[in-house]
Amino acid sequence: MTSTTPSSDAVLDVQNLVKHFPLTTGIVFKRHVGSVQAVDGVSFELRKGETLGVVGESGCGKSTLAKLLMRLEEPTSGRVMYNGENIYDLRGKALREMRRKIQIVFQDPYSSLNPRMTVGDIVGEPYEIHPEAAPKGQRRAKVQELLDIVGLNPEHINRYPHQFSGGQRQRIGIARGLALRPDVIICDEPVSALDVSVQAQVVNLLESLQDEFGLSYIFIAHDLSVVRHISDRVAVMYLGRVAEIGSDAQIYEKPTHPYTQALLSAVPVPDPSVRGQRQQILLSGDVPSPASPPSGCRFRTRCWKATDLCAEQTPELVVRPGSDHESACHYADVREDVVVHH
Amino acid sequence: MSTPDQQRPGAGDEDQGIAVVARTQGQLVRRRFFRHRLAMISLVVFVAILVLSFSSTGIGPIPGWWKHDYTTIGTVVDGGRPTLSVVPGFLGGDGIHLGEHPFGQDNKGIDYFALTMRGTQISLMIAFIVGGLGSFIGVLIGAAAGFFRGWTETILMRFTDVIIIMPLLAIVAVIANQAGNAGPFWLAVVIALFTWTGLARIVRGEFLSLREKEFVEAARAAGTPAWRIIRKHILPNTLGVILVSATLSLAGAVILETALSFLGFGVKPPDTSLGRLVSVYQGAFVTRPWLFIWPGVFIVAIALTVNFIGDGLRDAFDPRQNKVRS
Repeated sequence: MTSTTPSSDAVLDVQNLVKHFPLTTGIVFKRHVGSVQAVDGVSFELRKGETLGVVGESGCGKSTLAKLLMRLEEPTSGRVMYNGENIYDLRGKALREMRRKIQIVFQDPYSSLNPRMTVGDIVGEPYEIHPEAAPKGQRRAKVQELLDIVGLNPEHINRYPHQFSGGQRQRIGIARGLALRPDVIICDEPVSALDVSVQAQVVNLLESLQDEFGLSYIFIAHDLSVVRHISDRVAVMYLGRVAEIGSDAQIYEKPTHPYTQALLSAVPVPDPSVRGQRQQILLSGDVPSPASPPSGCRFRTRCWKATDLCAEQTPELVVRPGSDHESACHYADVREDVVVHH
Repeated sequence: MSTPDQQRPGAGDEDQGIAVVARTQGQLVRRRFFRHRLAMISLVVFVAILVLSFSSTGIGPIPGWWKHDYTTIGTVVDGGRPTLSVVPGFLGGDGIHLGEHPFGQDNKGIDYFALTMRGTQISLMIAFIVGGLGSFIGVLIGAAAGFFRGWTETILMRFTDVIIIMPLLAIVAVIANQAGNAGPFWLAVVIALFTWTGLARIVRGEFLSLREKEFVEAARAAGTPAWRIIRKHILPNTLGVILVSATLSLAGAVILETALSFLGFGVKPPDTSLGRLVSVYQGAFVTRPWLFIWPGVFIVAIALTVNFIGDGLRDAFDPRQNKVRS
């Protein structure tokens, strides 16, 4: 039934996920004039207890992917298998169960908390929706326990979001995500709106929660060093497709896709003595519009290796010769001169 | 359970001195409202008007305490001049007393205080029905259009547009003429059916922006049903706008009823309303100004106090208002 063979411990198995947003003109008689190909054939699997980092520049479809995985958007095609079932086929009780088990932490801690609700109501709301998760009498205690777990003062249960700082608000968002004891938490750029010092605290919190509750994370970000810090595996996205996927070490030490190499070469190096030893790759041009992406390989318009083959044939995401992880490039080739060695 | 490197960032400074008292949302709202001085004064004045108008002439089977009623024709004393005196004797006045007809009499000798009180009753009733029913329809249509979007939105908002382009006064005048004969209640219902449009548009706009907020997405991600998202997450955040608009429409209804009565389409005699009193006696302004001034004072007082109360409520419902420690 499945196109790829998922390993036995896969929690989420994403198969060829596609989301095209239609572009229309006219008010009453809508005419279809094209589509924004936000996510175009993404496949990967998330294993139990691991963190899969998803990186890519703005507009490459990271957030749409997050919404698809939460089923906040319906896909154009493709499947996401959870517990052996496609989440887009779920209805009624099964859908509620899935909502309990897959939760999300949002990017902006200022708009992700309802300003009219107290922290207790925000964190405890999932229990109102899923009353079976906690008996009525215990909810308050449970909420206070959650606040304690994420490092907030349980006494602050009656406060409103505006009385907290950005980092504290993000902790509230994490507590809400944890309330139903999910298997998977999708972190949609959870730290990019925070100060660097607070980022570290939140990332460390997420890591310790993962150990404590056996969570699997999909960690979406555009900050390569944060992703490296938290991820076990990393997927690099470009214009709605996965360019390269592999373990932390494979992606950061032995990148094979030109886009990954370019991204890594742009990471600033704190140590001045190492700075000169690295090759900087400067990409020219802009990201093409996702409404009219280039044929074949989507990166070819900015790639220094591009040939006619790249325009004619879409490179599959497969393990390339001479490499040990999957890469969507016809000319995949390990290049280490762009890498920051630790 | 927290790891050592996660200090509780909130447990600092302010908590050591002052204990944070747990209060429910309702208590907080009440506290903030009671601290709003202008709103509290307005509330007192408004309640006073309400009690005065309903207790003095009575309503339905309940008799009022005022000695005259608003239909009994009597002899005109002293040209119907008001007998109310508020200037004490030592200042050269007549002393503080109400007299037989504190607000004077009209040209048929009907006690004008009784008439004004009856008019206030009717005007308040119309105002509340219009404010309540009109706001309810407006919120319902605006919320449905903004939340569900698609065809629901198109149909509802085009329907709203149709109501908006109708010349309000003309339409209401024609229908209200019939409804006015059926009593002030139906008159109010008709006015309400044509004055919800502004609020519907505002509420739709608010919903459109709020439904895209991440806290709404978070609620959807937890499997929250649409009805609960509207009620718990979106509506409370539009409350300020709704309250302001509702109080404005309440005050507007008093004015609109006045205009209709002025044109002769509103409340029919022998019943009366503040608007009717003003319109009937506008010609008497130079000769017997009290016939014009008393109902005018009550119209202004009702419109102003209701607006201030709405202001206070809006501030009270907004937790970001930091006037009270929460």
